[in-house]
Amino acid sequence: MSILLNKHSRILVQGITGRSGLFHTQQCREYGANIVAGVTPGKGGIHIEGIPVFNTVAEAVKYTEANVAMIFVPPPYAADAILEAADAGIALAVCITEGIPVRDMVPVKAMLQGSRTRLVGPNCPGVITPGECKVGIMPGHIHKKGKIGVVSRSGTLTYEAVKQLSDMGLGQSTCVGIGGDPIIGMNFIDVLSLFNQDPDTEGVFMIGEIGGGAEEAAAEWIRANMKKPVAAFIAGVTAPPGKRMGHAGAIITGGKGKAEDKIRTLQECGVVVSTSPTRMGEAMLEALKRAGKPVPKSAAQAAAKATAKPVTKPAVKKAKK
Amino acid sequence: MNIHEYQAKEILSSYGIPIPRGRVALTSDQVERAAKMMGGRCVVKAQIYAGGRGKAGGVRLVHYPEQAQEYGKELFGRTLVTNQTGPEGLKVRRILVEEAVDIAREFYLSITLDRETSRYVLIASAEGGMDIEEVAQKSPEKIRTLIIDPFTGLRPYQARKIALELGLTGSVCEDCVELLMNLYRASQEKDCALIEINPLVVTKAGWLMAMDAKITFDDNAVYRHREYPDMMDYSQLDPLEITAGKYDLAYIKLTGSIGCLVNGAGLAMATLDVLKECGGEPANFLDVGGGATREKVAEAFRIILQDKDVKGIFVNIFGGIMRCDVIAHGIIEAAGEVNCTLPIVVRMDGSEVEVGKKLLRESGLNVQVGENLGDAASRIVKMLG
Repeated sequence: MSILLNKHSRILVQGITGRSGLFHTQQCREYGANIVAGVTPGKGGIHIEGIPVFNTVAEAVKYTEANVAMIFVPPPYAADAILEAADAGIALAVCITEGIPVRDMVPVKAMLQGSRTRLVGPNCPGVITPGECKVGIMPGHIHKKGKIGVVSRSGTLTYEAVKQLSDMGLGQSTCVGIGGDPIIGMNFIDVLSLFNQDPDTEGVFMIGEIGGGAEEAAAEWIRANMKKPVAAFIAGVTAPPGKRMGHAGAIITGGKGKAEDKIRTLQECGVVVSTSPTRMGEAMLEALKRAGKPVPKSAAQAAAKATAKPVTKPAVKKAKK
Repeated sequence: MNIHEYQAKEILSSYGIPIPRGRVALTSDQVERAAKMMGGRCVVKAQIYAGGRGKAGGVRLVHYPEQAQEYGKELFGRTLVTNQTGPEGLKVRRILVEEAVDIAREFYLSITLDRETSRYVLIASAEGGMDIEEVAQKSPEKIRTLIIDPFTGLRPYQARKIALELGLTGSVCEDCVELLMNLYRASQEKDCALIEINPLVVTKAGWLMAMDAKITFDDNAVYRHREYPDMMDYSQLDPLEITAGKYDLAYIKLTGSIGCLVNGAGLAMATLDVLKECGGEPANFLDVGGGATREKVAEAFRIILQDKDVKGIFVNIFGGIMRCDVIAHGIIEAAGEVNCTLPIVVRMDGSEVEVGKKLLRESGLNVQVGENLGDAASRIVKMLG
């Protein structure tokens, strides 16, 4: 089991004829994803790399029964592409596109409330269920099948975390990049609650960053609901206020969105927070141990080998069972 | 993207929102002439990309044109340090001269994105002219917020409720309703991440007027507003930030000595964090984009090397799908081009990582290759001793 994606997922790619759309379609297919269709308005009828291309998502769904959309449409048309996927009844839309204006996303977000379509992103690396299916731009080879769920606002920092986990023998059930924009589809809580219900996920690693209050909200949710150990890292402890740190959503405004506040709240809610990006794997291991979960031998060895300082203890000693 | 107060007021004015009579001056003589036009008694306001100007001495009421000129002389070229500029401050290159207005009451108004609800929010307060964050902290009950439904937009009855709660009555109340509707329209049509009037005043004569205004555009929407790039005042930006912007690189100048080149925003932030943890001080934040290409890496390298504070360079690339040998070529090419002799530590991960490392070691550059993030960070800090 896993969340959102598995080997039965049938994927269509919106913007398949674009350069990065096509490149990543090939990469996902090599990883084992079942890409059944492409959508590019005006190019319906052609085949690209053996994949049939349709003019609309609805048409593609009708002929191929696709249930997942991977969106590579450029910013001016991306909001429309998301709505089109939702309208066609797609269960999971993963929008990779970076740079969609906020004004375009506000109505999209409102439209999706109460819809059966789940949106991941925009401005995200995508979703991967290691060994089964990949919908996104992450490098597949660093992932390893296992029992840790990963949820993150970042792209490459997630790769760093995943690599540390894999190197320790902590494989992943599913990794979800929720995106670095101020308006995104699924948030931390949405993904955490799926991991909470997934029998094959034993613990969750969460990667946040400065800006907004999503990490604090997630922390409160974890305290009240989460049955599995959670470890976290928050990027941007040293970020200056008022500056947008690469991601549209990564900005401290009016004293809100600081990393320290997020870290403190998470710790108060029983989450093991790694204070350094070099010890994310160890933080996960620590969280598993505290919850009394078995840890792989290789992980214990790797942790013993690491000469690094131990991760900081949370304010509340025991994670809520 | 930021713009100046006078530009924000021009936009408000184009939406029918009353603003004081005023002129922008680029020299102190122009300040004097503008002051004459206003009848002598006027307000002289330094134009910089930051608030808090009043407390920093950037705004003054003057009574004669000569006085305006004198103050203009004092302001031009001066670096204003306010609570929003950071310690390096911002240089004054433009001055707004405005008619002095007799104020009866002051209010605060803004429209921005509420991240919690993913909708625009209208914020209003009868505590005008103050730092709204301060008001929010000290007396949150004085702040009224209204989450705007994207499908109906702001409705006049909602605007009226707000105006009444601000204590406005009669025709001023109806003027305020119209003003709020126009403010919302401006925020949408102009793609404003923030549109703020602080203070909005009722003059002694009984008119509404926007005395100070701030607009920040949504960077992602600049492409659909042709006029925005021309509104930018480059004197308010770090020259290296301008160059980086041209190449679509996210760059922020910091105060330390270690130049950082990283792919991806989250990893770039984490890189600054780990450098500080190891006792190093980063000279910049630089994100070349998640899918780092050879060209972008090369360009980023050139930008970092233009910064005279940089004493060493830390490259952290999680190649992912991008091959490490390609990245290595980019680094070698850029460093060779400018005869870079500074110590460089490279940490790479992804495909073809061994080939990339070998290329770097044999490049003849003053380069070390870190095994992992922690190892690489401590290496560069040690190299700079």
